[in-house]
Amino acid sequence: MSTTVATPRFDELPTHLDRAVVKSWKVPAIFAVFTVVGIVLFVVLGRNGVTHFNLSTSTDLIKLPIAAVPTRGAGIIVVIVSAVLTAIAVALSYTARKVPLGVITLFAVVFFAGFLTWAAAGHTLAVPGLLLSAIGISVPLIFGALGGVVSERVGVVNVAIEGQLLAGAFVSAVVATVTHQALIGFIAAMVAGVLVSAILAVFSITYLVDQVIVGVVLNVLVIGLTDFLYSQVLASNAPTLNAPPHFPFLPIPILSGIPVIGPALFRQTIIVYLMYAAIFLVWFALFKTRWGLRVRAVGEHPTAADTVGINVNRTRFLNVLLAGAIAGAGGAYYSLAASPLFTREVTAGAGYIALAAVIFGRWNPLLATLAALLFGFTSSLQFSLSAAGSPVPSEFMLMLPYVVTILAVAGLVGHSRGPAASGKPYIKS
Amino acid sequence: MKLELRGITKRFGSLVANDHIDLVVNPGEIHALLGENGAGKSTLMNVLYGLYQAEDGEILLDDEVQHFAGPGDAMNAGIGMVHQHFMLIPVFSVAENVMLGHEQTRFGGTLDLAAARRQVREISARFGFHVDPDALVGDLPVGVQQRVEIIKALSRDARVLVFDEPTAVLTPQETDELMVIMRQLKAAGTSIVFITHKLREVREVADRITVIRLGRVVGEASPTATNTELASLMVGRAVELTVTKDAATPGAPALVVDKLSVIDVDGQIVVNNVSFDVKAGEILAIAGVQGNGQTELAEAILGLQAKVTGEIVLDGVSLRDKSVRGVLNAGVGYIPEDRQQDGLIAEFTIAENLMLDRADGAPFVARGSLRLAYLADFAAAKLREFDIRAQGIATHVGRLSGGNQQKVVLARELSRTLRLFVAAQPTRGLDVGSIEFVHTRIVETRDAGVPVIVVSTELDEVVALADRIAVMYRGGIVGIVPADTDRDILGLMMAGDTPDSIAKQKGAAA
Repeated sequence: MSTTVATPRFDELPTHLDRAVVKSWKVPAIFAVFTVVGIVLFVVLGRNGVTHFNLSTSTDLIKLPIAAVPTRGAGIIVVIVSAVLTAIAVALSYTARKVPLGVITLFAVVFFAGFLTWAAAGHTLAVPGLLLSAIGISVPLIFGALGGVVSERVGVVNVAIEGQLLAGAFVSAVVATVTHQALIGFIAAMVAGVLVSAILAVFSITYLVDQVIVGVVLNVLVIGLTDFLYSQVLASNAPTLNAPPHFPFLPIPILSGIPVIGPALFRQTIIVYLMYAAIFLVWFALFKTRWGLRVRAVGEHPTAADTVGINVNRTRFLNVLLAGAIAGAGGAYYSLAASPLFTREVTAGAGYIALAAVIFGRWNPLLATLAALLFGFTSSLQFSLSAAGSPVPSEFMLMLPYVVTILAVAGLVGHSRGPAASGKPYIKS
Repeated sequence: MKLELRGITKRFGSLVANDHIDLVVNPGEIHALLGENGAGKSTLMNVLYGLYQAEDGEILLDDEVQHFAGPGDAMNAGIGMVHQHFMLIPVFSVAENVMLGHEQTRFGGTLDLAAARRQVREISARFGFHVDPDALVGDLPVGVQQRVEIIKALSRDARVLVFDEPTAVLTPQETDELMVIMRQLKAAGTSIVFITHKLREVREVADRITVIRLGRVVGEASPTATNTELASLMVGRAVELTVTKDAATPGAPALVVDKLSVIDVDGQIVVNNVSFDVKAGEILAIAGVQGNGQTELAEAILGLQAKVTGEIVLDGVSLRDKSVRGVLNAGVGYIPEDRQQDGLIAEFTIAENLMLDRADGAPFVARGSLRLAYLADFAAAKLREFDIRAQGIATHVGRLSGGNQQKVVLARELSRTLRLFVAAQPTRGLDVGSIEFVHTRIVETRDAGVPVIVVSTELDEVVALADRIAVMYRGGIVGIVPADTDRDILGLMMAGDTPDSIAKQKGAAA
């Protein structure tokens, strides 16, 4: 080395410290547990017979034949594949490498397929119906998660998603009934979400109250308020206040005829199509526009944003309101598409699952959407499987989505890093 | 651009941080603002930058009065700032950081990243910076991050550039390079305000020097003034710049650290296979630029790090698997580098802070109760012994000055019988008087036969205190050298060169 003092030396230096060799056995351990469960369930307690998968609906353009799968044979294949994937994961972990997300996804898909085959032995499982209800359950979760992403990216933890969804559901039911217009109900739901957000913003940004506490209190407040109004006002005046008109289904030509996934994705109401647009728009705006750059800057390092002339608290305030509007729109789906009318606590904790989807999705709108879909899919299994004569108790199936969420967030994501200043108020001296 | 501040006054409650400060910076001039920590330099610059609003006084640019409601106004008027704590977003690329706040956009508000990249390349080329516009800022070394800050200011056509303690995080070589950059900027007509408390740097680069003390301008000096003159102007009395100490009389190795590595939560090896020993009655200074593993090394000795491999042996007893309590009981005293975060509890009184580490039994606790009378006597004695300036032992520590806070930490740690003393950044942010006091006590501890480790990023402090110097770089010890080693060599070691390779280069050059 014959460098002289005057040259800018640090340009040649390695920028990272060495990484320690850390062997993580988490993923192989989870794989192994599921493989053992698979052996017991699919082989030892295996069920004989044939499982039919109905891949088409009666109105599809292209009719796929009903797939017949021998149950025990499929179970054995699934167990073998699981064991191979477990071995791969063990080998990777032994040499201190990370198990790629693709392998994890493949394992999950294979195991789920095995489980479905086993649970529906001797019956017919309607796959399009399963997917349709999966999307249905996912819609409010996705709206909620998008609201969560926007809010947390700008630096405000949005625990109030639950309250925003519920307020949206309640207000949209009442407004749509009174005006006889689903669209006006939908807009009212967004306004309701904004109002809940406004309280969150005023207390957490202006008065520096702990964001998580304000969020939790807001959820309890909205639950209490809607319960009260429902039992005192709506229940006795259902025809005049709680009989909202619904959005019609608008099948998209050609796309809705795609086998298996077409009906679930493209034979939907306008809310679902707006959701597709919202997913793309939030992603695009967050990462490609000036608005997004500033939002992320404020959520990562508010002082730095302030020193380049960005008004931190105004940016936070406006975007928390925007987050409320997005989550509120998700609430409208309950009253204007999913169920015939507003019922008490119709959201049933969906807002908290949306919050988990934000973290599981690493504060990225696209990944958060996938996380919400995973939850929606596992939730919808209980309906399809009990219809297909599953031997698993329905109570267990009710539990499944939450178990999957915990495994996903705690087990597979591990330590993920959110926006650095999320949850911290910005105080100017 | 000519900058003029007239009668700037800024109060925080009853504290007058700036008291009628006047300052004139001429175009193309490097004007140093010299003062101790807490003298009001940063407050003044934050007023200039629109972050604070002054109660009184006015800011003039080219003889026109300005009104800055926020940093945006100041930037638009042509004022740029290179902050002491960089105002950069680590997860953004260089280009994104530079464009933030004045983004060029195309249709629909989409970012024009290509334009930002061009701008970064153009300014980099002008000053020979070699900055990749697409690199993530968090991945860059601090020296390069500082250049990104400079590019950021220049991309907004800053014609008055404020450098707030820019050398605190740099190696001596990086500091030299910064001086070159400052001269280049000056030659291009930029007016520069250079805030510092380091006398050497001021004399090297400044055209004019304004000294402030306790919020007031106390005088102007020329760069030809001696260190002693500048220091006495800054402190307000004659000061002793060197530490008086006798030669060490080291005994047997007391602390032996062998192949010590520390792994942080992200799996990075922050301390990498470090071996050294410290003899009884000797001060081993650990030098290095901030963030090269010194902090983690000190914490590992104390038992504060979770993943540690290797061995730490004090007087034949292994400390590695001991709890923090166990390490303290083994006779280790510790001054943490962030006294407000880790050294003290601001809401507690002086007396309570003095017994924090001995809340588990004698002499302060008997039968589960505090012995308050004993504590009061003890605290009163320490207040006198360590010259802690406070109303009394019941004063909350948070209300003391930095120097007095550090004296409380020092009093607590030195009041036990020590077998090892670890002082991390013992004088950071202190006034000159307190620095003298702390240094004297550290030398006294050494003279009492205790092995001492001083971790410091200030080369002056390292050279003043050390009997031997270990230099750390990227988690490893580059070399352990005698205290009289040339500063240039220490500087090269702080940038990662081993003493052997430096000797070879010298040989090749000669």
